Amino acid sequence: MKKAGIIMIIGSLLLLGLFKFPLWNIMLGAPQYPDPLGMDIYIQGIEGVEEFDIQNIDGLNHYIGMKTIPKVEEMWEFEVFPMVIGIMVALGVIIGVLGFFGKLSYKWFLGWFVLMSILGILGMYDFNLWLIEYGTDLDPKAIMKLENLDGTPMTYKPPLIGYQKMLNFDVDSWPGAGAYMIFFGMLLTVVAFFVGKSASKKVA
Amino acid sequence: MKKSINILFFLAIAAGLVSCNNGNDQRGTKGQGGLASNAAERVYVAPGEHDEYYAFMSGGFSGQLSVYGLPSGRMLKVLPVFSQNPENGYGYTEETKPMLNTSYGFVPWDDSHHPDISQTNGELDGRWIFINGNNTPRIARIGLQNFKTEEIIEIPNSAGNHSSSFITENTEYVVAGTRFSVPIPQKDMPINEYKGNFKGSLTFISVDQETGRMGIKFQLIMPGFNYDLSHPGRDKSHGWFFFTTYNTEEAHSLLEVNASQNDKDFIAAINWKVIEEYVNNGGGKMVPANYAHNVLDEHTHTATSTMLKEVLTVNPMDVPGAVYFLPTPKSPHGCDVDPSGEYIIGNGKLSADLTVHSFTKMLDAIENKKFDGEAYGIPILKFEDILAGVVKQPGLGPLHTEFDGKGNAYTTFFISSEVVKWKVGTWEVLDRQPVFYSVGHGMIPGGNSRKPFGKYFVALNKITKDRYLPTGPELTQSAQLFDISGDKMELLLDFPTIGEPHYAAAIPAELIAKNSRKIFKLAENKHPYAALNDSETKVVRDGNEVHIYMNMIRSHFSPDNIEGVKVGDKVYFHITNLEQDFDVPHGFAVIGANNAEMLIVPGATETLVWEPKQVGVWPFYCTDFCSALHQEMQGYVRVSPADSNIELSWSLGED
Repeated sequence: MKKAGIIMIIGSLLLLGLFKFPLWNIMLGAPQYPDPLGMDIYIQGIEGVEEFDIQNIDGLNHYIGMKTIPKVEEMWEFEVFPMVIGIMVALGVIIGVLGFFGKLSYKWFLGWFVLMSILGILGMYDFNLWLIEYGTDLDPKAIMKLENLDGTPMTYKPPLIGYQKMLNFDVDSWPGAGAYMIFFGMLLTVVAFFVGKSASKKVA
Repeated sequence: MKKSINILFFLAIAAGLVSCNNGNDQRGTKGQGGLASNAAERVYVAPGEHDEYYAFMSGGFSGQLSVYGLPSGRMLKVLPVFSQNPENGYGYTEETKPMLNTSYGFVPWDDSHHPDISQTNGELDGRWIFINGNNTPRIARIGLQNFKTEEIIEIPNSAGNHSSSFITENTEYVVAGTRFSVPIPQKDMPINEYKGNFKGSLTFISVDQETGRMGIKFQLIMPGFNYDLSHPGRDKSHGWFFFTTYNTEEAHSLLEVNASQNDKDFIAAINWKVIEEYVNNGGGKMVPANYAHNVLDEHTHTATSTMLKEVLTVNPMDVPGAVYFLPTPKSPHGCDVDPSGEYIIGNGKLSADLTVHSFTKMLDAIENKKFDGEAYGIPILKFEDILAGVVKQPGLGPLHTEFDGKGNAYTTFFISSEVVKWKVGTWEVLDRQPVFYSVGHGMIPGGNSRKPFGKYFVALNKITKDRYLPTGPELTQSAQLFDISGDKMELLLDFPTIGEPHYAAAIPAELIAKNSRKIFKLAENKHPYAALNDSETKVVRDGNEVHIYMNMIRSHFSPDNIEGVKVGDKVYFHITNLEQDFDVPHGFAVIGANNAEMLIVPGATETLVWEPKQVGVWPFYCTDFCSALHQEMQGYVRVSPADSNIELSWSLGED
């Protein structure tokens, strides 16, 4: 059970990577932007890949009436997400430590994983809602009002994940290093569950 | 009937084309020299690919410095240096006008000749490039991060600043020698009293290693000869500088005859380390002078001009061991030193031979006092004792020699219009190729360093005649690119240049491309009239001066409606480009401006003065196609009668 506890602790600590590394990354390349503009989405806010990328993305988006990319104070998520992650890390470490000393059942490890998965899905759902709003809630006085072939107004929601061509831009949206760290950390908590399970069987 | 005439006409044209083609074919085979069979492939740089070298070619009488890529021969940019450039407002904007200030007032043109790239330990380092203005003696420094002229210093006591601007191997000094001797100090005197009274100044300008800032360390006041070209010693001869002279006859009229009489003129060998020490110990004489020192500040984007009032002069007689004359046949022109520093080549332009002096033998002759008289007290070394060798009958009219770093030298011949490759040490001629036509300087990347990049040689030609489609009596000059990596020189490419491609300097692209700036940061903009955001925009009247603090971003000016300007006002448009995106400059032009447009790069502020003379509502607009809404990027200034009492007002986006 000691080994399982340690794996659980490591797995949950990996979530701390989110405070340092981006969760998600969206790159926008175009003929005029051979070096694509990019934004790194952290749980605490959105930053440009290069120093002036956010300003330049906003500058281009004003032609099609998109809102500017939200500042930290403009989205509750940037306040709540770090707290949720912090609590989950603390909870995971506590469960791991208690597991290490045999005070808790290995089933708690899976419980943590399930809770984290639910929170993760909620987070992605929320992120997608923001992308939809960002890409569709356009200024009615936009300089360029484009329509699809069927006559509906064109919208500019970036893909949640993957590649999409939007006007002259090639948009790539992929998980960042932070996301891989959560993925791997959560995987470890599942491993901890199985390791704990087999250890407890041996004892039995 | 009409139809048959048309057919006849067509046949005549067709016949003309055919005969023309034949003519071209004949000339082509005659005029292609050592054209490589797969030349096109070797100079082809595919779209989107980059050249291997930056070549900086002087514009000669255009006064500018052009940037080309090699081997493609594509022009990348013309950098304004000594001449006004309406294309971007250089020399027209309030910020750049001080760059062209001199003791003669505003001089908007010069004759730019010899670019030289900064070095460290005798190797190109790509920090700066220097170039001389011939006519109104000046030296400019261009920063290779911004590709902008950052500093110009005037040279007092000089006239025809031609043996310039060559740098020592750690960029300790930029050296500028006078071609014309003049009275020093200038005074009213008969021209025919030249002999013995006129002097030639050789100026050593120190360079601050951090900032590149130039300052005249000392001027050596030499006899009244013509100091034609120069080169620094390097490696073993580092610490010396060599100047060719002509007109040691000291003629003041009909020089083509009177200055061609002496069998030998001199190469002046200057031990600048000895003079530097002399000066550092308080030697030399500070004399009154008046010369401009113009410096561009990167943060205010503004140049300032300061008049300096004295200069330190050194009489060579006061510094023993500092100056010697090396006799060199027949009005030598180019003065070139091989990468080892041992050989000093005097390209005697009226001689059929090339004279090569030995630095080791020169030191020996000095030590053993093997003198052959003196000139104005300066010892003349014995020709035979310092001679390393002679390249026999290589061609007619040798001008300049470059080195490939593999033991070979390449000398240009103006009269016989060819480049001759010869072996340093054995003096044997290895190859010769015709050039089209009348080459002046030649250039090998890193040629003026210990480490040349001996892959290409560029011939810089004065005459093109039939080489391109004719353009009336005034034709382009040209450059010709040779591959010199093999035993024989192979002609690859022939391309037109701006002005006169007098001399050039080239450097591997990898040494500087990575440093090239993309934008200026707005946060570092310290221009006193910058409007860094919309809340800082305003219009202020000060008597009849109106200062407009304006900014611009895709795709509008802020403000773009201005009222309250009156006839007789002097309107300053101070415009800041708010873009922080690469390659998004905006231009500015206003109707009837008596100067030019200005181009403002991201993060910079520039100022154009406009003096409206007529009542009305006058437009201004962006001249650089910046965005899809570039045509919308415009504004109006309302100009009222001089006695009107309309208050200043300004706005953006109001109904």
